[in-house]
Amino acid sequence: MKWVKNIIDNLKPNFSKGGKFPWLHSTFDAFETFAFVPKTTTKTGAHFRDANDMKRTMFLVVIALVPALLVGTYNIGYQHFHSLDTSIGLFDNIWENLWFGIVKILPIVLISYIVGLGIEFAFAQWRGHEVNEGYLVTGMLIPLVMPPDVPLWQLTLAIIFAVIIGKEVFGGTGMNFLNPALLARAFLFFAFPSSMSGDKVWIAEKADAFSGATPLAEMMVGGHHPSLSFLDMVIGFMPGSIGETSVIAILLGGILLLITGIANWRIMLSVFLGGTFMGLIFNFFGSNSYTQLPFYYHFVMGGFMFGAVFMATDPVTASQTNRGKWIYGFLIGLMAVLIRVVNPAYPEGMMLSILLLNVFAPLIDYFVVDSNIRKRKKRWNLKGGENV
Amino acid sequence: MSNIITVKKGFDIKIIGEAENNILYPKVDSYAIKPQDYIGVIPKMMVKEGDRVKAGSPIFYAKHNERILFTSPVSGEVQSIKRGEKRVIEEVIIIPEQTQDYEDFGKDPLVSMNREDVVEKLLKSGLWTLIRKRPYSVITNPEKSPKCIIISGFDSSPLAPDYNFLLKGKAAQLQLGVDVLRKLTKGKIHVNVSYEKTTCDELLKIEGAQINKFKGPHPAGNISVQIANLDPINKGDSVWYIDAQDLAMIGHLFATGRVEMDKLIALVGNEVLNPKYYKLKSGASLTNILEGNTNKENHLRYISGTVLTGKAITKDGYLGAYDNLVSVIREGDYYEFLGWVLPGLKKFSLYRIFLSGFINLLPKQFRNPVDIDTNLHGGKRALVITGEFEKVLPLDIYPMQLIKACIIEDIDLMEELGIYEVDAEDFALCEVVDVSKTEIQEIIRNGLELMRKELGE
Repeated sequence: MKWVKNIIDNLKPNFSKGGKFPWLHSTFDAFETFAFVPKTTTKTGAHFRDANDMKRTMFLVVIALVPALLVGTYNIGYQHFHSLDTSIGLFDNIWENLWFGIVKILPIVLISYIVGLGIEFAFAQWRGHEVNEGYLVTGMLIPLVMPPDVPLWQLTLAIIFAVIIGKEVFGGTGMNFLNPALLARAFLFFAFPSSMSGDKVWIAEKADAFSGATPLAEMMVGGHHPSLSFLDMVIGFMPGSIGETSVIAILLGGILLLITGIANWRIMLSVFLGGTFMGLIFNFFGSNSYTQLPFYYHFVMGGFMFGAVFMATDPVTASQTNRGKWIYGFLIGLMAVLIRVVNPAYPEGMMLSILLLNVFAPLIDYFVVDSNIRKRKKRWNLKGGENV
Repeated sequence: MSNIITVKKGFDIKIIGEAENNILYPKVDSYAIKPQDYIGVIPKMMVKEGDRVKAGSPIFYAKHNERILFTSPVSGEVQSIKRGEKRVIEEVIIIPEQTQDYEDFGKDPLVSMNREDVVEKLLKSGLWTLIRKRPYSVITNPEKSPKCIIISGFDSSPLAPDYNFLLKGKAAQLQLGVDVLRKLTKGKIHVNVSYEKTTCDELLKIEGAQINKFKGPHPAGNISVQIANLDPINKGDSVWYIDAQDLAMIGHLFATGRVEMDKLIALVGNEVLNPKYYKLKSGASLTNILEGNTNKENHLRYISGTVLTGKAITKDGYLGAYDNLVSVIREGDYYEFLGWVLPGLKKFSLYRIFLSGFINLLPKQFRNPVDIDTNLHGGKRALVITGEFEKVLPLDIYPMQLIKACIIEDIDLMEELGIYEVDAEDFALCEVVDVSKTEIQEIIRNGLELMRKELGE
C-alpha cells in the first residue's frame, strides 16, 4: 500500500500550515488516519498501548447497526407496497421492496452524514482538534430512528440542532450530556409534531386508505391490543421508525456489542429489568387494556429494543459508574413503560425516557461517587488521621 | 504467620522476552546518579568534577532536607556533572577505579543502637533514599515515623524479574534489614510476597514481620493495592516501603559497615537477543550489557524499569535508582494501512474487538506471550468509553472521576476521591486499555505533585 501512502504524503503539505488549504487540516487528518493508523508512539507512561482505538470502537457499533439498517430498508419498501395492496406478501417482490427502500433511505443517510460530519469537521478545525469518530455512530443512528417519510429539510434542521446545540457547544464528542441522535428525533417530535405523529409518516408514500398505525398507536388511540401477533412484532415487518421495528435485527447487533464488550451489559440488562418491573406493576393493578398488556409486549413494540441496545448504552450520556449504570438503566426501562401507558400525549416513551435519564445520569453518578467519598471520610475519622 | 489476600481485578500481560535464570557479570565503565529518579529532590552538590570519591561518599544532598545524602555506588572519579534545561542537574557521572575503596560506616551491633543511631547511619550511607513513603512516593522524612513499613517481595508487572532468584543467598541481609526497619517504627513490618510465585525461604522465613501472600493478577504487586488491603491510608497517614533487594543492601551495610549497592537486574523484552540477569551496582551504565545484545534491525525503545511504568533511556543510559529491570521493545514508528479495520489476530488488545482479545479470556497459563511495540494505535480523543478502567484497577476508587479531578486541579475533590491512596503506576493498566490514548499516569503524577506542593508532605 506504499502508493497510497505516497499520494497522501505528497498531498500533505497543501493542508499543513503555510499550504494552500490550512483550513482543511482536520479534514485531511481525518482521512489520512482513516487510511493509515498513524506512526505516533508513546512518550510517557506505559510504553505500549492496546491496539483498540476510537475508530475501531465506533466502527464496530456501526457494523452492529447494519442488520437493523438492512431490515429497515427492506421494510420501507414492503410497507409501501403492502399499503397499496394488502394482498402482497412479505417476499412477493423482494427486489422492488429493496429498491424502494434504498431510494427512500439513501437520502436520509447521506444527509445525516454530510450535514453532521460537515459540522464536526468544521468544529474540529476551529478547535484545532482531530476529528472525533463519535459521529460515525450518530450519523447511522439518526436515520434509524426517523420515520421513513421524514421531510428532508426538517431532518437537516434537526441534525444541525442536535449536533451544534446538543454536542458542539458543550465541547464535542465526550462532553455532551444528551444523546445527539435522540435529540435530533426529539427536536422533530416537538418542532414539527404534525409530521412526526399520527398514522401517515410511518409508511413511506402510504395509500390513504390503509391505516398504517404502529402497534403503539393502536394501543393508545384504539385502546385495543396490537393487530400483529407477538411473533410478528419480533420479526418486525410493521410500520415504525426505520430501524426500530425488527427485534431480531436489533438483537443481532446487540449480541455483537455484548460479545465485544463495547456496550455495557449492566445498562442493557437493567433497562429490561426496569421495563419488566413497571410492566408487572401495571399488569398486577391493571384496569384497562393498556395496563393489562403483558409486560414483554413493551419490549417488542416501538423503540424499546432499539433504545435499550443502542441508545441507553451510549457511554458518553449514560452514568459512568458501574453502580450508576444499574440505576440509570433500570429507570430508563421503568420510565419508558410508565410514559407509554400513563401519558396521554405521547405514544412512544423510550425516547423521552432516555433523554430524561441522560439529564439525570450525572446526578446518579454524583450520589454513587459521594457514597465512596463519605465511606473514605468515615474511615479517616475512625482511624483519626492527623489533619481531619 | 501468613495472611492470604486475593486481588480480583487487573490483568497479567504476558510479553515475549522473559529473562532466563542465568547471571552474567558485565564490566561497567561508568556510573550515574540521576537526581530526577527521586521525586521532589532538588540536588545540592557536595563534589566537583574531578573529585575522588569512595563507595558511600556523599555526592549531593536534598535541598529540602540536608540530612538526606545521596552517595556514590563505587569509588572513583567524578567525571562530569551533566546539566539540562535551566541548568537542572541531570546526571552525575562517576568513573570507577580498578580497586574499590569503601567509606567505613562502622559495625556497631544493632542491639546497642537506638532509633536515632539507625536513622543517622542510614542517612550518612545514602541508603535512607531507598525507603520511600506513600502518599507521593517520595524519600521519607527522617524526623517522622510511619504507621507501618512494607517490604515489596515481588513484582507482578510484565517481564518482571523473579524475586526468588534476585534474593538467593541474601537471607541474613534481609533478616538484618528487617531488624533495622523495626527500629524505625512501632507499627507492623509487612513482607509482601506472591502467593503463586514466591517460594524462597529468604522471604518466607523472615522473622519479626508479617508475611502477606498476594494472590491474583497485576497490579497485585503494587504498593497501593497492598496497602489498601492491609491498612488503608487515611489523610495524614504515612506508610513507608522498600524493595526487598534494596533492603538487603541495608542489611549488608549494618553487617559490614560498607555501602555495596549490588543488585541483580533482569534484561528483558522482545528485542533482547538473550534475556538474562546481570549483576550490577545501582546507577550502572547499561552500554555494555545492551551492546550486541539487542535486535539491530529495528528502532528500539530502551526502558529502565517495566514496560508499564519505566523511564525511556538512551542506549548509553544508566540504570534508574529503584529499578530491577531493563526492558527493550520495538519502536512502533510505522504506518499501518487500515490498521483499525483488520481482524487483528496478532495484535495486543484486552478488548474482544480484535480476535486476539478473545485469547485473554483464557487463564494466564494457556496464553502465549504477546509481541508489543510502542505504537499508540490511534489518536488522542476525549474520554468517551467508561467502565474499562474499573476492570483493571483493584482499588476502591473511581478512576475516571479521579483522573478528571486531577485534570481540573481540584485539590479538595482529589483528596476526597482518594488521591492519597494511589500512585501513577496504579493507573498504568488503565492507560494501556484507554481507547482515548490519554496519558493517565502523567495526569495522576501531576495531580500528586500539585497536592504535595500545595499541602506539603
